[in-house]
Amino acid sequence: MTTDLDAAERLSSAPAEDDGGGGEVGIGLLGWLRWGWRQLTSMRTALILLFLLSLAAIPGSLVPQTAASPTRVAQFVGNHQTLAPIYQKLGLFHVYSSFWFSAVYILLFVSLAGCIIPRTWQFVGVLRAQPPAAPKHLVRLPVYATWRSGAKDGEAGAEKTLDAAEALLRRRRFRVARNGNAITSEKGYLREVGNLLFHISLFGMLIAFAVGKLFGGMGTVLVIEGKAFSNNVAMYDDFMPSTFYTADSLVPFGFKLDKLEASYQTSGTQVGNARNFQANVSYWTGSDPTKAKRASIEVNHPLSIDNSNVYLTNNGYAPIIKVTDAKGDVIFDGPTPCLPQDGNNTSTCAIKVNDGYVDDKGNATQLGFSALFTPTAAPQSEFKTMGPHSIFPELLDPHLYINVYHGDLGDNSGAPQSIYELDTKHMKQYMLDGQPLKFDRTPGQGFKLPDGGTVTFTGVDQWANFTVAHNPGTGWALTSAMMAVVGLIGSLFVQRRRIWVRAVAGEDGTTTVEIAGLARSESARIAEELADLALELQDTAPADQPDEDAIATTEPAAADTADTAAEKE
Amino acid sequence: MILAEAAIDTKFANISNILVYSAMAVFLLAFLAYAAEWTFGGRSRVARQSAALAAKAGSSLGQAVADAEAQETAARTAPTVAVKVTGASGSTTTLTRTVAAKAGKVDVVTRGDAAPPVDGVGASGGDEGADRIGRIAVSLTTLAALLNLCAVITRGISAHRPPWGNLYEFTVALTMIASLLFVALLASGKNVRWMGLPVTFGAVVGLGIAVTEFYVDSEQLVPALHSYWLWIHVSGAMVCGGALYAGAIAAILYVAKDVYESRKAKDTVKPDGWWSDVFERLPAAATLDKWSYRINAFVFPLWTFTIIAGAIWAEAAWGHYWEWDPTETWAFITWVAYACYLHARATAGWKGRKAAVLVFIAFACYLFNAYGVSIFINGKHSYAGI
Ligand code: HEM
Repeated sequence: MTTDLDAAERLSSAPAEDDGGGGEVGIGLLGWLRWGWRQLTSMRTALILLFLLSLAAIPGSLVPQTAASPTRVAQFVGNHQTLAPIYQKLGLFHVYSSFWFSAVYILLFVSLAGCIIPRTWQFVGVLRAQPPAAPKHLVRLPVYATWRSGAKDGEAGAEKTLDAAEALLRRRRFRVARNGNAITSEKGYLREVGNLLFHISLFGMLIAFAVGKLFGGMGTVLVIEGKAFSNNVAMYDDFMPSTFYTADSLVPFGFKLDKLEASYQTSGTQVGNARNFQANVSYWTGSDPTKAKRASIEVNHPLSIDNSNVYLTNNGYAPIIKVTDAKGDVIFDGPTPCLPQDGNNTSTCAIKVNDGYVDDKGNATQLGFSALFTPTAAPQSEFKTMGPHSIFPELLDPHLYINVYHGDLGDNSGAPQSIYELDTKHMKQYMLDGQPLKFDRTPGQGFKLPDGGTVTFTGVDQWANFTVAHNPGTGWALTSAMMAVVGLIGSLFVQRRRIWVRAVAGEDGTTTVEIAGLARSESARIAEELADLALELQDTAPADQPDEDAIATTEPAAADTADTAAEKE
Repeated sequence: MILAEAAIDTKFANISNILVYSAMAVFLLAFLAYAAEWTFGGRSRVARQSAALAAKAGSSLGQAVADAEAQETAARTAPTVAVKVTGASGSTTTLTRTVAAKAGKVDVVTRGDAAPPVDGVGASGGDEGADRIGRIAVSLTTLAALLNLCAVITRGISAHRPPWGNLYEFTVALTMIASLLFVALLASGKNVRWMGLPVTFGAVVGLGIAVTEFYVDSEQLVPALHSYWLWIHVSGAMVCGGALYAGAIAAILYVAKDVYESRKAKDTVKPDGWWSDVFERLPAAATLDKWSYRINAFVFPLWTFTIIAGAIWAEAAWGHYWEWDPTETWAFITWVAYACYLHARATAGWKGRKAAVLVFIAFACYLFNAYGVSIFINGKHSYAGI
């Protein structure tokens, strides 16, 4: 092909593929660097990196992740003595922040930058320059038509034809450049714009994601009905800061859980399934709880306070226990949250009485109740096979099954303790007639301890678990993502194409008209478009001998020309 | 939200179940009819003429085949001449279209051979009887798709909510989307009857698995799904799934036909064999490839949007828009796989079969995400309901 044809056929600023490996070997470090850069920014590398990225994402969905569920990671580590250390080394418990995952996407983004920056310049150049001059041999272009118009007007006829073609193309919103006896026109720049927009938006998303990771944070807190939370580190059960979001970043606000409403399916095969959870709260900004406003927080409907969102993530029951010591003084009276274990809210509780208990001999000790709470107890007859359990998640027939321990709760040992578990290593169970003491109580009932105290199960509160999250950059991520979709639509569905028209006056005064078209993308409608144009040009330059002269040719090379019409038929 | 306390209407739920079984039965009949069309369409005289049958609406079958034959000869000998634009007074437009039609059969695949691809005549092989069976199959598919649609609607009415709140409903809606898309393509005049067999097969298998493995009674939703994003995000995922299935079918057939075509070029196929009998009636490899690309390219922005919608929902439900939950992760993997495919198409070395392999991988990722992750992997998505 001639070079002018090459230039004419460059319809995309996609980088040319460089197949030659190491062409620059021998020109030293700089040469190697240049070669490496070119390899990194080639489409083939982009392809491989994309593929690697999807491969690299897989293990994180199969191996438990610390970020999502530390308990499942701990479980896994416990169960796999040999595998776990290897996984640990490979970062398989935190895939998405591991060095190899990061390496892949960082390389990908470097490659992307190396790809779109030159593309952008090139595209700006295209926009500023005229469309390239018509190649000498239009007939070599993929879509082509020519005819002779016998109006014998000489040069004026050719001029008139070009004028008409120019007007037609402009009306069709082509960018037109006239050069001697030929017109070059081009349309569909939005394809390139869309492509650049899409790839740049990916950077926008990456940056937004990084901002969220660096400046965001969250914490979780369990609140019992009637109790309040205020936004400072001491109040959180669990606080997950980030590089720039620390205890000092917490702005003052708070809320009180007025009521937790939960409703469940009462009939059918899905009986007991949760249907609605709603936490009614009063919340305030600043540190003055008297100016509280009411709101409700539901699953999917967080409450937004001062750039933080408060989510309802879990809920359950908190039996209220009253304990008196041997002297009859009330030393403990309050709710203890129990952790639901199944869909019917069979819950386990660890009720810890740290201070104040004195037995009948005057000795101070700590008490611990390891208990099972069932909002609707299963009938006794089922205990043999399944033990005590709940058969419905609501409070229809609440029971508390209690084992009582005394001794050292061990919470001064410094090791972190779960509030839901009792560490009985340094405790003894109360015994009666050689049997461990066990009680099954309903609200209002109590029992006596052998060393003088009493325990009463006075009632049940509900609790809700909240996540308080601060996620900066979310708006940016959304904007970038939307721009990416818009860019994609442009990039995939806009057709960039060129149409050339040449009109030459012959010796005999007739005009020879040639039109040619080129579109590089899949399934362009260029042949149709060219035919339409040829048709409209008939007004100005009617074809001489319809059957022979007016022929639009589609060369085989026009692999990607209009298939659309085929389907219209 | 809307769905709060309303009770389940079991009457509609039962109607929906009956409709699902009816749709399944009719899909099966349609499947058998397509199979019969392929069977009876073989070996007939015209069967081996490669040509676009549907091209000439209104003309007789024999005429169409003759035209197609002529076209094929023309394509082999003189691929250049394509359109004739008669003088200003002539009936120009039709002729213009004819050009494009010829050109249109060339596409995308740069397998070197110059002649524009010539589509097979279709399953009926030009045989009138087989064609009639094929038309019956299309009618049955339409009927089954409508039954499926009604099943989804009545299920929604019975529970007063979007009828895709668990894996059962998702699957039933998925077969509905795939079959409705297919019927819509046919109705808009596209020559896609060759998709009938795999589409009805997928529908029968999908519905069968749905009723046996995933079935749950119509009920209200768990709180996690109380969100209008259920309308947007999940229906987006369904439309993508239905369309991607078609894209994957086209890619499979493309590879098969492409292998066949290259063997034929090397003269290593038996011209009267069973395989050549079937493959000669399929559209050209290039046409199948084009279909696959188009469907996948069309779906990609929609899939991107679906993921974004999911991220917005996650932000409202879980506190962060992206947390690498397994379902999120696999949606991302699927997305990257399709991006890989689109890149592969845009690059020189990776067209044709290699790109098609990427479609299989990507679609497998989609399937794994919709089913494998819901069933086997424990994540935050509370979707499976089984
Ligand atoms: C981060 C992940 C990436 C994604 C998700 C992605 C996705 C896409 C998509 C969907 C297209 C449209 C395909 C088409 O026009 O047919 C595209 C086109 C393109 N991408 Fe990417 N891309 C990524 C990274 C890259 C990188 C790293 C490079 C460069 C090395 C690159 C270079 C290109 C080019 C040049 C095109 C246009 C091809 C043409 O104009 O024909 N992309 N990309």
